[in-house]
Amino acid sequence: MLIAVLSDIHGNREAFAAALEDCAERGAGRIVLLGDIVGYGPDPEWCTDKARELAGAGAILVKGNHDSAIDTPGESMNPVARAAIDWTRPRLSAGSRRFLADLPLTATLGETLFVHASAHSPADWIYVTGERQAMASFRTSEARAIFCGHVHVPALYSCDLAGRVHGHEVTMAASLPLITSRRWLMVAGSVGQPRDGVPQAGYVLYDTDRKEISFRRVAYDLATTLRKLRAAGLPEALATRLMAGK
Amino acid sequence: MKTRPKTGLEIDGFTLGDMLHRGGFATIWEVTHPDHPGKMVMKVPTILDGDDGPTIVGFETEQMILPRLSGPHVPKVIAAGDFSDMPYLVTEKLPGGPLQDLIREAPLPIERVVELGRGMAAMLHELHRQHVIHLDLKPGNVMWRETGEMVAIDYGLARHDQLPDLLAEEFTIPMGTFPYIAPEQFLRQRNDLRSDIFALGVMLYELATGKLPFGHPQTLRGVRKRLWRDPEPPRALNPDLPPWFQEIVLRATEIDPAVRTRSAAQILFDLEHPDQVELTARASRERRDGFWAVQRRRWKMRRLRRFAAPPPLVAEQTARAPVLMAAVDLSPAMEPLSGRVLQAVRDILIIRPEARVACVNVIRTHRIGLDQATDDEGNHIHISRLVALKAWGQRLGLPEGRVTFTVLEGPDPGAELIDHAGRIMADHVVMGARANSAARRYLGSVSSQVVAQAPCSVTIVRIPQPREG
Repeated sequence: MLIAVLSDIHGNREAFAAALEDCAERGAGRIVLLGDIVGYGPDPEWCTDKARELAGAGAILVKGNHDSAIDTPGESMNPVARAAIDWTRPRLSAGSRRFLADLPLTATLGETLFVHASAHSPADWIYVTGERQAMASFRTSEARAIFCGHVHVPALYSCDLAGRVHGHEVTMAASLPLITSRRWLMVAGSVGQPRDGVPQAGYVLYDTDRKEISFRRVAYDLATTLRKLRAAGLPEALATRLMAGK
Repeated sequence: MKTRPKTGLEIDGFTLGDMLHRGGFATIWEVTHPDHPGKMVMKVPTILDGDDGPTIVGFETEQMILPRLSGPHVPKVIAAGDFSDMPYLVTEKLPGGPLQDLIREAPLPIERVVELGRGMAAMLHELHRQHVIHLDLKPGNVMWRETGEMVAIDYGLARHDQLPDLLAEEFTIPMGTFPYIAPEQFLRQRNDLRSDIFALGVMLYELATGKLPFGHPQTLRGVRKRLWRDPEPPRALNPDLPPWFQEIVLRATEIDPAVRTRSAAQILFDLEHPDQVELTARASRERRDGFWAVQRRRWKMRRLRRFAAPPPLVAEQTARAPVLMAAVDLSPAMEPLSGRVLQAVRDILIIRPEARVACVNVIRTHRIGLDQATDDEGNHIHISRLVALKAWGQRLGLPEGRVTFTVLEGPDPGAELIDHAGRIMADHVVMGARANSAARRYLGSVSSQVVAQAPCSVTIVRIPQPREG
């Protein structure tokens, strides 16, 4: 089965739609959304609606910190993120807000774990940005493959037979084999607000039969997103970030 | 690892037969399986109790790379088992023993060495075309198919330019087999395909002389010597060897990868056209460098940490020094067209200044029996064509050794050109096409045949036609 893992959509309708279209073209049989469906972007209601529709069709969803912050304003956030959440909250229907609040923190499919931030302590929204943080996830979870988001930069870690954790270079050129002697952790990048310098929607395809993953990048209608973002009066820093992809 | 291999063991449907080989890092077993009729071998890494990182990572590396390779120069993978029970890799069984068996008979006759060299160069170039640098080429890792193609085995130290390099990420000691390891590999550079060229040069040297150019060091300190100590010239050991052979071998084993032969295809190119190899001072070297020259080199190398890095991707490294095949029709009526083909080749040389150019012309012969009666005349045609071809190709202004001239003969010119492109592993064929005509549309043209069947890119050059009224 080909699983598409999409994370950190952040209310970016154009990026979300382009990524989903790419998933369909590549024949993805299952969609996983790793949370942060809203926050930052100008189309939170459309993205939440779409997520709910996908959930109805069998997609797996977990909750991100921005999704959580809609209902729990106490979450600690930087000023830009907070401004965006305050803008987002009244623009979501009651149904959407309930839907986001009810999302689980983790989900599993066979030997694969899905979580927004660190598997070590999902509700603390810890960034998996290096081998040390990845090790905490490998220690708490038995899963052969762990997918997380939150960082907005694609990354790949493995845990070898001796329990050592290694970070690997991520290449976009080819699919990467997840050899079975190791356990693997994938940081899926971000659909709606990439921060690795590539202003394109990023997601991961996971071929469970061949045990291979590929990090995908998809161009989207960035100009439209920027226009909406500015029209909505959201902080200009968000537009700059989308253009630079970091 | 819970299970240990032994004759009679059954695992995942495979039954182990005799042990065929016990190496430093793995054992090789003959295996059978009811669903797989062919002959197969199983490689089981010898994991010592405790921490045995390099063996495990080597096995993981092979498991990642080998299933991605295809073609006649690579063993076919049938199955793999993970560490939960017993790690193994099952591949097809290749007939006979490795090249190592032949080394015992070295020095071999030069014709045989060249034949083996061509086979290995073709094998190596094919690996490089598939993004892989082998990094552990040695006679023990080269085998044959029944059809004659040579096969590289054991990818435990290999590097695939699109996959994580587990060995580089996790270990800091240089890895390889000491007599064959390239200087830059000693400096832990694992991204240069010319490291494989070095190993190929060492094997050619060994096959032709029976000796190892850099000896058989037992320590890394001993390996380091090759950064300054040059090998005994092959002709000093075996005076029967031709100068061009010494040129090829010494160029392939240059210390600095920047002055080494660029690609396996270029070694193949030289071995296909030995009489056209450009001979430098390497070819006439009679002995090793003297004490002071070696000391100067040693002084220069003392602080060297790395050689200049090649482009990161293997494909970029092979593309840097491509083999172009220029097929040209030299009949007087075709002069304007052959001039345009020459211009097209010049244009490509601007982008790829390190390319080699194989200039080719074909003589269409009729059935073989008929032509034998006119052998003298045939010979005359052949020579005059060769002279004309040289006159044409010399206008490229390339130095000797970068351009070769070959006149092919056969009843089917298109097939001859396609065969030749495959034989020299050309990256690109440039040839002319005549103006369109009704006859050509029905009978087909040589150029369209080459376009359809050549194993590489083809550029067709045409004289612009006036628009039809």
